[in-house]
Amino acid sequence: MDLALFLIAGAVALIGAVAMLMARNAVHSALFLLLNFAAIAVLFLLLQSPFLFAIQLTVYAGAIMVLFLFVVMLLGAEQVEDTPDRIAWQRPLGLLLGLALLAVAVIAGLRTGTTPLPGGEAVATFGNPASLGALLFTRYMLPFQITGVILLIAVIGVVVLNQRGRQSAESGQATGD
Amino acid sequence: MNWLDILILVIQCFVIALAVTTAFAYLTLFERRLLARFQNRVGPNRAGPDGFLQPLADAVKLFFKEDIVPSAADRAVYLLAPAMAVIPAIIIWAVVPFGCLNINWDWRACFNDPYATTPLRNILQIAEIDVGVLYLLAVTSIGVYGITLAGWSSNNKYSMLGGIRSSAQLVSYELALGCAVLAVVMTYGTLSTHEIVVLQTSLWGIVPQFLGFVLFMIASTAEVVRAPFDLVEAEQELVGGYNTEYGSMKFALFFMTEYIKLIAVSAIAVTFFFGGWRFPGLQTLGTGVEALAGPIAASIAVGLASLGSFLLKLVAFLFLSVWIRASWPRLRYDRLMDLGWKWLLPLGLINIVYTAVVYVLLPNQQVAAFVLFGLSLITLAIAGSFSRVPKPVDNVTYVKDLPRSAGD
Repeated sequence: MDLALFLIAGAVALIGAVAMLMARNAVHSALFLLLNFAAIAVLFLLLQSPFLFAIQLTVYAGAIMVLFLFVVMLLGAEQVEDTPDRIAWQRPLGLLLGLALLAVAVIAGLRTGTTPLPGGEAVATFGNPASLGALLFTRYMLPFQITGVILLIAVIGVVVLNQRGRQSAESGQATGD
Repeated sequence: MNWLDILILVIQCFVIALAVTTAFAYLTLFERRLLARFQNRVGPNRAGPDGFLQPLADAVKLFFKEDIVPSAADRAVYLLAPAMAVIPAIIIWAVVPFGCLNINWDWRACFNDPYATTPLRNILQIAEIDVGVLYLLAVTSIGVYGITLAGWSSNNKYSMLGGIRSSAQLVSYELALGCAVLAVVMTYGTLSTHEIVVLQTSLWGIVPQFLGFVLFMIASTAEVVRAPFDLVEAEQELVGGYNTEYGSMKFALFFMTEYIKLIAVSAIAVTFFFGGWRFPGLQTLGTGVEALAGPIAASIAVGLASLGSFLLKLVAFLFLSVWIRASWPRLRYDRLMDLGWKWLLPLGLINIVYTAVVYVLLPNQQVAAFVLFGLSLITLAIAGSFSRVPKPVDNVTYVKDLPRSAGD
């Protein structure tokens, strides 16, 4: 049953990813990416980590894609123009990097394919929110804090940029009068 | 998992889906009758006794309406949007504990310390997962897609405005909702909905989390885009909002989504803040029936009593929600964003700080709960006394106040 679910979820994830690249319409692309996220969330469930499943849905599907859709809708930028790419080397470079990633994945798969997976005691509490939280606040404290600071910098940056735009608009209005 | 478990699961899903849609139909009648009373009218009372068949008549009418797809609409997304709206609204019910009917016939397992290992097979909750609260938040956050995509795919300016408003509003209020829920999770130290109910032994969640409750009620009302936060379907400005181009059953699905989500957030509020299916004396009832008629009868009695208590609390919440709708006018859009970002989110963060600090400093749970209650009241009083919000009269510039040079 797990294998069947894995195959179905994996196939859906792949179809979603390929269709996202092929779709001509930005909103359709976003929806296919959403399908991909959902399939990957199911894969997390199959790997006994419901926490990652919930986070995958909340963060990627529930926040990032919604903001993406919001911007696309607000700007009306859903149609892709047929003009050739302005950056000519982008496509070959992308292909090259994709192939490199594939090679890494294949090598990793081949190397671990023969050795038996570690089993046993760890599986019972693996990936549950309590153990994850404990790890975050003990072993990975520093990376966790750094991530927080980086996010804070981004937030402050947004506020500052927004404030500057507003001030220039106001002063522009004042001189216009 | 043997075939009996699967059969039980299928029946559970079927019953819940059916019950929720029926509840939706009768909630519309409940709301229309109550709104009529609030406005000194009679309301729909012709179909059947006291309008009891009105939902049926509405359903038949919607079924027989012509089903059209606008020619300029993005057909696939247009047809997908109602489904994407209604599915999250229904699957959210999977982790809501309606009651506790243990079919291992041991009613005491319902009240056990959650860390005990007594097997509990509660058939009044479909899925007891250890990340139930996160599941609730995840499913709520997906709910925005139906509305947003409906607005975009209709290819209509008004629908589009409704869709844009919805995505902005839902993303904003999700944060406040998450903060309120996080404080509840901190209070009980678990992400499982069943355990949250079990742990509300002597005090319901509203005492330690009063501030959280107020925030949750405001944010969840905004999250299910209900009055006074129903800007996505402001009839006066947007014709009908995101669902302008939808008719027939596709419209009914959006309508259904809105009401099912309302019932769902009310159920979640009951679970988090009003003890879920608990009521004082439930354990006494269990002991009494067990002495009279044995453990099976006791389990069933506890199950039915807990289900009844849950439903009663739920109806009280739905009444409150209709009352709110009848009492408050719709917010202006900038005020809506102001409320979400400048009031609810900071208050939610303050609440998290309170919860963390108080529970660390005071080891006694009861004392801590009442200290938190006091802090919540003080904070709400302070927040309420700031009337920094500009009133319409502040935006008026009188001619006599204008600088003289500007007129020349």
